[in-house]
Amino acid sequence: MGLRTGTFHENYAQDMAIFHSGLQWGIAVAFIIFLFACPLFFSDRILTILTTMGIAVISVHGLNILTGYCGQISIGHAGFMAVGGYTSAILCAKLGWPFWVALPCGALAAGIAGLFFGLPSLKIKGFYLIMATIAAQFIIIWTIIQLRSITGGADGLSVPKPAIGSIILSSKTNYFYLVMVFTCLATLLAKNIVRTRAGRAFIAIRDNDLAAEVMGVSLWSYKLQAFFIGCVYAGVAGSLLIHYFSFASTDQFPFMDSVWYLGMLIVGGMGSTTGAIFGAVALKLLDELVTMVGPILSAAVAPQAAASLALISHGLIIIIFLIFEPRGLHHRWEIIKAYFRLWPFSHQEIE
Amino acid sequence: METDRQVKLRIDNLLLSFGGVKALFEVSMDIRDNEILAIIGPNGAGKTALLNCINGFYKPQEGEIYYDGQKITRMRPDKLAKLGIARTFQNIELYAGLSTQDNIMAARHVLMKQNFITGALYLGWSLQEEIKHRRTVEEIIDFLEIAPMRKKVVGVLPYGMQKRVELGRALALEPKVLLLDEPMAGMNLEEKEDIARFIIDIFEGQGATYPDTPVLRDGIRCIILVEHDMGVVMDIADRIVVLDFGRKIAEGTPAEIKANPEVISAYLGKEK
Repeated sequence: MGLRTGTFHENYAQDMAIFHSGLQWGIAVAFIIFLFACPLFFSDRILTILTTMGIAVISVHGLNILTGYCGQISIGHAGFMAVGGYTSAILCAKLGWPFWVALPCGALAAGIAGLFFGLPSLKIKGFYLIMATIAAQFIIIWTIIQLRSITGGADGLSVPKPAIGSIILSSKTNYFYLVMVFTCLATLLAKNIVRTRAGRAFIAIRDNDLAAEVMGVSLWSYKLQAFFIGCVYAGVAGSLLIHYFSFASTDQFPFMDSVWYLGMLIVGGMGSTTGAIFGAVALKLLDELVTMVGPILSAAVAPQAAASLALISHGLIIIIFLIFEPRGLHHRWEIIKAYFRLWPFSHQEIE
Repeated sequence: METDRQVKLRIDNLLLSFGGVKALFEVSMDIRDNEILAIIGPNGAGKTALLNCINGFYKPQEGEIYYDGQKITRMRPDKLAKLGIARTFQNIELYAGLSTQDNIMAARHVLMKQNFITGALYLGWSLQEEIKHRRTVEEIIDFLEIAPMRKKVVGVLPYGMQKRVELGRALALEPKVLLLDEPMAGMNLEEKEDIARFIIDIFEGQGATYPDTPVLRDGIRCIILVEHDMGVVMDIADRIVVLDFGRKIAEGTPAEIKANPEVISAYLGKEK
C-alpha cells in the first residue's frame, strides 16, 4: 500500500501508526463525532439498530482475533456470549452487584469458558475443531437451561436496568452511548493487539503453525490466548446484549447466531479489524432489509416466503462473497482507498 | 586451531525410525564453534531428518543431542528457538499472509517482552519496544537487500526472494546456531552466488556496518548447511559430514571428502 502524495514518514513510529496523515485523523474524528451525535437526529428505532450493530461489532472483533487472525475456527461464539451475558445478569439480578462490576466479571467468565473449550485446539485443528466448538455452543446452552435455580432455565431471567453511579441507563440514547464507547474501545484494542507481538504470533500460527513453533511461538500458549481474548470480547458483547433487553434468555444466543458471526467475518474479510466492522454492519443491515421486505413479500407471494427470507438471504450473501470476493468488503475498501489515493492521476498497483 | 573450536552441538548415537524404516541410525557428530558444517548425501539420506531432530520436530527413539553441554533431545521447538537455534526450511515455510517486514518482525517474538495486554494498550514502553525491534528488522532487510519488498505480502514474491526472506526471519531470532536446509534449492547460478555470499557474510559478521544489530555485527559462528550443490559445499564448508541411508559414512574437510571412495560410491554407485 502506497502513501498519499505529500505524506512522508521520518521515523518508525510514524510508519507504524494507524493513521498516516492529518486527513485520515480528521476523517476518523469526524466519524466518531457523527457517531456520538446520532441520537440528536435519529429515531429510537434507528438507535436500536445501531446499538445491536455495535454489540455485533464487538462480538465479531473477538471472533476475528480467534478465527481471522489465529485461524482457530469457532462456531460457538454465541455460546460464549451467553456465558458472559448470563454471568453478568446473575451477578446483577441475584446478587445485586452494580452493572459496571458485573460486566467485566461476565467478560472474564466468558474468557475462562473460552480457555476451557479452547483446550481441544491444542490437539486438533480445522474441521475437527469446528465440531468441538459447535459442541461448546450446545453444552453451554444446555447447562444454562439445566441450572434452573440460578439462571431461570428456559423461562429466562429478568435483569434490573443497568446503572453507572447514579445514572440509570434506561433510555435508548443512554444505552446507545454506552455501547458506542465500548465498540470504539473494542475496535482500538483489537487493532492494537493484532499489530503487536501477540497479533503477529496469532498470524504466524494461522499461516504456518510448524514454522511458528520453530520461530519460538509457544503454540499452546498463544492458541489459548486467542481463545481467551476472543471469548472476552464475546462476553462483553453478551453482557451488553442482555442488559439492553433487561432480560436474559437462551433464545438470545441461538446456534445460528454463531454461524452468522462467522458469516459476518467472511463478508467483511477475515483477518482485518475494519473487515469485522464492515461484516457486522453489512449483515445487520441485511437483517433490517429483510424485516422491511418480508411483510411485502408475504402479502405478494406467500406467507411462508417471508419466514425463510432471512435465512436464505444471509446464506446467499455469504456464498456470493465466498465466490466473488473471498477477501471480503475490507478488500473492496482497500481498492477504493488505493484508487482515491492518487486520484485523479491514478496509477496504482493494487495488491 | 582446535582450541578455539569448542563443541557447540554434540549429536550422540541418534536413532530415528518411522515404523520399520530407519531414517537415522547410529549417527554421531560434533558441530563446533567457528565453523560451517555441511551435511550432504543423496536424496533420502536423512539430512532433513537430522535437522528436524536438532530443532525438535522429530523425537529420536535413541541417542541424545547436547547444546553447549545441555541435553536438548526431545525439547519443544519453541524452547529451542529461545535457546538460540534457528532454521530455514527446504520448502518455504513463511507466513504467507504477512509482509516481508512483518515476517521478520514476527521472528523477534522471543526477544520481545510485551504481551497482549500491553500490546492492546500500545503505550509507552510497548511502543518503544516495537520501534527498537523494527530498527533491527530494517537492518536485516538492508543486509539481505530486500528493501523494495519490505511491505509486500510474501505470498506474491518470487521464489528466490521468499528464500531470502526466510533467511532474514531466521536471522531475526539472533540465533547462536543456524540450520540451513537447502537454501539454494531451485535457484540459478546468480541467486546461488548471492545466497553463498550471504551465508559467508553472516558467518563472518559485518562488524561496524551494523553496529546496533548483534547478530549481523558479530555473525553466527556456527552454521549447519544441508545442500546438494557440491560446488557451493566444497567452497564454503569447513567440514563436511556425509549421510547415506541414515548412516554417517564420512566426515572431514572438503578435500578429504572429495577423495573418499565411500562417498564417491554413494553418489555415483560402485564400479563393476
